[in-house]
Amino acid sequence: MQWACISFPQLALDDVLRRRADRASPLVLFEGVGSRARLCAANAAAQHHGLHIGQSLTAARALYPRVNAVEHDPAAAERCHDFLAAWAYRYSSQVCRTFPQTLLLEVRASFRLFGGWPALQAELRSDLAALGFEHRIAAAPHPHAAMVLARARDGCAIEDAAHLLDALGTLPVARSGLDGSCVESLQRMGLRRLRQLFVLPRAELGKRIGAQALLHLDRLRGAAAAVLDFHQPPDVFDQRFELPFNTASHESLLFPLRRLLRDFSAFVAGRDGGAQRFTLAFEHERGAPTDIRIGLLAPERDPELLFAIARARLERTRLREPVCGLRLVSDELPPFTPARRDLFDTRPQQAVTWEALRERLRARLGEQAVHGLALHPDHRPERAWRTPAGADVPHGTRGSGGASAAPLLPPRPAWLLTRPVPLRERVERIIAGPERIESGWWDGADMRRDYYVVETSSHQCAWAFRPAGEGGPFMLQGWFA
Amino acid sequence: MSAILQPLIENGRLWRGHGTAPRRDALPTGFDALDRVLPGGGWPHAALSEILFPADGVGELRLLRPALATLGREGRPVVLVAPPYLPFPAAWIAAGVDLRFLQVVQAGEHDAMWAAEQCLRSAACAAVLCWPGQADTATLRRLQLAAETGQTIGFLLRPSQVATQASMAAVRIGIETGPSRLRILKCRGGNPPAQAVAFASLAA
Repeated sequence: MQWACISFPQLALDDVLRRRADRASPLVLFEGVGSRARLCAANAAAQHHGLHIGQSLTAARALYPRVNAVEHDPAAAERCHDFLAAWAYRYSSQVCRTFPQTLLLEVRASFRLFGGWPALQAELRSDLAALGFEHRIAAAPHPHAAMVLARARDGCAIEDAAHLLDALGTLPVARSGLDGSCVESLQRMGLRRLRQLFVLPRAELGKRIGAQALLHLDRLRGAAAAVLDFHQPPDVFDQRFELPFNTASHESLLFPLRRLLRDFSAFVAGRDGGAQRFTLAFEHERGAPTDIRIGLLAPERDPELLFAIARARLERTRLREPVCGLRLVSDELPPFTPARRDLFDTRPQQAVTWEALRERLRARLGEQAVHGLALHPDHRPERAWRTPAGADVPHGTRGSGGASAAPLLPPRPAWLLTRPVPLRERVERIIAGPERIESGWWDGADMRRDYYVVETSSHQCAWAFRPAGEGGPFMLQGWFA
Repeated sequence: MSAILQPLIENGRLWRGHGTAPRRDALPTGFDALDRVLPGGGWPHAALSEILFPADGVGELRLLRPALATLGREGRPVVLVAPPYLPFPAAWIAAGVDLRFLQVVQAGEHDAMWAAEQCLRSAACAAVLCWPGQADTATLRRLQLAAETGQTIGFLLRPSQVATQASMAAVRIGIETGPSRLRILKCRGGNPPAQAVAFASLAA
């Protein structure tokens, strides 16, 4: 087993920062109320102005009056941690999120798929950078060792036990993950490095520092098994984005929208699923939120495509009040099948697949705007067709004549008027007919008509009918175009 | 021959007043008489072709159906953007068109041009049919550019009244009735023939 540990040194702060368009402006998180409010996190820009953790909020405001102070929300940080666990599920089936600000992944099983640890580590880092999280990564044969190493030496990867002992040995006791009082007493004894602890007789050391600390040291070296709870990704995606201000402009909603959809896409990719149906709720100060329900014909997970669709829908929606928050909920996450492309694809650069094009058209023109056509076995022209909406264009079945043989009937017109209208043009001559169509007495849409192919005075070829057995004016049903 | 001129002549963007233009790769129309007079021997790829017809039901789709049947075998959809009527499946199947690859986009007048442009540009479609009506030159130019970038065949079906209007389309064919004939108004890469091409009418 090989364990990777990803440690998030400022998870709560990143959770707030990534919701803002400018990450560079000074921002601090505080806990407590009134005069007892104290800083619990500060970004680099804030630290540059002399603000630091533990300072009181009043002092911080005095040092730098324009600082953005946000109250620390432990629940939000927890949700963020959950989201990261769901993301990490993409890289390993064994993900543990029980330790604070930390994810543990069993990665050995994933090496073949991702091409070894360096490639996997690079992929993890680029994903986290895109999602906007500060991170430290280390790998070791035991989970606790990986955790300690990630905090002490970012990027360190150790494969075998001998090297692990060396690497752990050089760590100061203060960074070994032992609790504070234990570290203090060890330091008073003059034990500064883990190496010095490892050579001491185990039973005697245990008497000094207690069974818990001894167990921790054993787990570091792999002498005791670690007990981990593995994460099960949820079946529902539900994420909320609180806006720092109220806005009614579509433009300023695009940033949070993009951010939410990128998270959504990372989440479904972690499950190897796709997004098919989801709801965007634009929350207002008062009243019910404005919901946009988006339904796709096929599961998709490309964040840019999802964004383009959501954006087109948003632009067509009228927001009756300023928006104060945005929420994305999806409980339908079907498996995802990537679109097949030819190996020797000669199509131009900007080419998109038909599925993506169809979603783009539907987003702007409406859910029912794009449809196929199918024959329905009925003699009545008004009922002889269907418009299957979700019909996928089959891949790679070239020329296999999928069109079922048309029934042997007199010629039918290429254009059909779904509602017949009186034929205005003068009928020059009757080319064919009458063809009697009499059907539907059983379902209440009884029809008795004599159909003719007629030529009009302006040489148009029309398909027109009269009530059965009667003369009189023609009704136009189609054009032989 | 200059190295600069040669590709222009081969692409049919430049032609000389006499002689025959080199035959380019094009999609056969399915009508031999028409294929013989069109410079490429058919509907040009990656360009717009315009069909002008005086009224509904004079053969405007009959002219396209052999080409659409061929395109359907490519395995990519043929898209009808905002058709004036519903395509009647029975007739299209009888004409050899694979309905699985026929897609209809319903759109309003303004959105239809946007949708047609998206379809042409995407390179996901085998061909795009649209009915621009009185659309202005700028719109048609956009469609032509989209057809070039997406390397897709676009068919514009428009009323005969716009025949005098300038057009970006590579080929313009007018349908005449009584007797039924095809008049080639413009074909990129050659001079339009003076004689109209006979076009059997269904009524005959």
